[in-house]
Amino acid sequence: MRRLSLTFLLALITLGIFAQDDLMNIVNQSTPNEINYTTATFKSTRVMNGHSIERMQTGQLDVRISHRFETLNSGGYNFFGLDISYIHLGLEYGITNWLMIGVGRTEIDKTFDGFAKFSILRQSTGAKEMPVSVSAVTSVALKTLKFPDQNPTNYFTSRLAYVAQILVARKISEGFSVQLTPSYVHRNLVATELDPNDIFALGAGARLKLSKRVSLNGEYYYIANPKTYLSQQVYNPLSVGFDIETGGHVFQLFFTNSRGAIEKQFIGETTGSWKKGDIHFGFNISRVFTLKKHLKSSNY
Amino acid sequence: MKRLFLLAFFLNIVFAVNGQKYMTKNGFIGFYSHTPMEDIKADNNQVVGVLDISTGEMVFQALIKSFHFDRALMEEHFNENYMESEKFPKSLFKGKITNLASVDFSKTGTYDVTVEGDLTIRDVTNKISTKGTIEVVNGGINANSKFNIVPEDYKITIPGVVRDKFDKSMAVTVTMKYTPIANK
Repeated sequence: MRRLSLTFLLALITLGIFAQDDLMNIVNQSTPNEINYTTATFKSTRVMNGHSIERMQTGQLDVRISHRFETLNSGGYNFFGLDISYIHLGLEYGITNWLMIGVGRTEIDKTFDGFAKFSILRQSTGAKEMPVSVSAVTSVALKTLKFPDQNPTNYFTSRLAYVAQILVARKISEGFSVQLTPSYVHRNLVATELDPNDIFALGAGARLKLSKRVSLNGEYYYIANPKTYLSQQVYNPLSVGFDIETGGHVFQLFFTNSRGAIEKQFIGETTGSWKKGDIHFGFNISRVFTLKKHLKSSNY
Repeated sequence: MKRLFLLAFFLNIVFAVNGQKYMTKNGFIGFYSHTPMEDIKADNNQVVGVLDISTGEMVFQALIKSFHFDRALMEEHFNENYMESEKFPKSLFKGKITNLASVDFSKTGTYDVTVEGDLTIRDVTNKISTKGTIEVVNGGINANSKFNIVPEDYKITIPGVVRDKFDKSMAVTVTMKYTPIANK
């Protein structure tokens, strides 16, 4: 009997000691193993010139103002390019958590553009393991510059160019993300027979966080078409710069050999060369407005 | 003898477990800070909480990424810049009701309690003590509390540019609707 009460006592003590651990076990077992989606692979919806896999969240409006100045080698008279600027204005909106759309206008060839970006896969850990994020971008550009020659019949379709891109990105670590962007550009009308209507390119982008709010970004597009036999010499666009975020704004400051800010232009029409010093200073300003709030109820 | 021992052991477990522990998987923890520019406010409705009414011990665990904000951008900043939720995915409170005797769990009603314990955010643990209420209702127990925490106590650095956007402290609200655990 004494042994029994001893056992009883021992059991009670044991339970007493493990009570809090017991609660911990219950909590740990009940904490859902959720899908842990990777966030902020890139800070903005653009790596520099080109799209990143990031999208606008549902109900968020991004107002984008992009400038590309003239080349640094245009000399002191032009204040190293800052006297002349090419502006792209954009309004972009997240419709659902997998679709964003945008419209824009740039003064180069008086071009209007529109795009849709689809989030197909999202990098995640936890309940679902996904090594990469994949998005698709499709865009169309409408050149509204008057045709130089009014004599032949000019078709509306001649003003159009289309772009399709697959974006594959991975946030390798907290501070380092990479992206590959196979791209296809189709121009309905090109300057001469020498110029291809179809351009194939492979883009590569990377982001290295220097601090919590500043990152070093680089972006390069390798154009697979031969570039020397065209009506004008084109180059692979390379951009290097910084993302700086301050609350609701993201500033992207960079140097690039491309004048155009939209895919059709920087993939197909980059005539500047880094080697020759045709380097444009450029910046994107992104300001996000919340049009649709996420929290439905308020407990306060 | 053996049979008696087994009987005692099982009785003990049944006694200790049955009707003693309450839990929820949909507990609410929200925080709020009023600023002249914009209110900072987030809700988490997926907090796991367990309460042992025999000892007064309670544990809450919240996933940082389950805190949701009005503004998607604010949520991203919260996760990436302030909480570093990749590195510190969970936040934990382990505590105890210090005046357990004043709560009659067999009678419906609202009881004032004091809870003391350790709050761990970003692997930084601080002792907190707060007042709250235990509400004994039919089929469950509700626990409510409001208290303030100071982000800097948990090594959450707020940059100078936006520091004046924040109050010194955040008002935290906890609302748990516990139901009894049948087994475990």
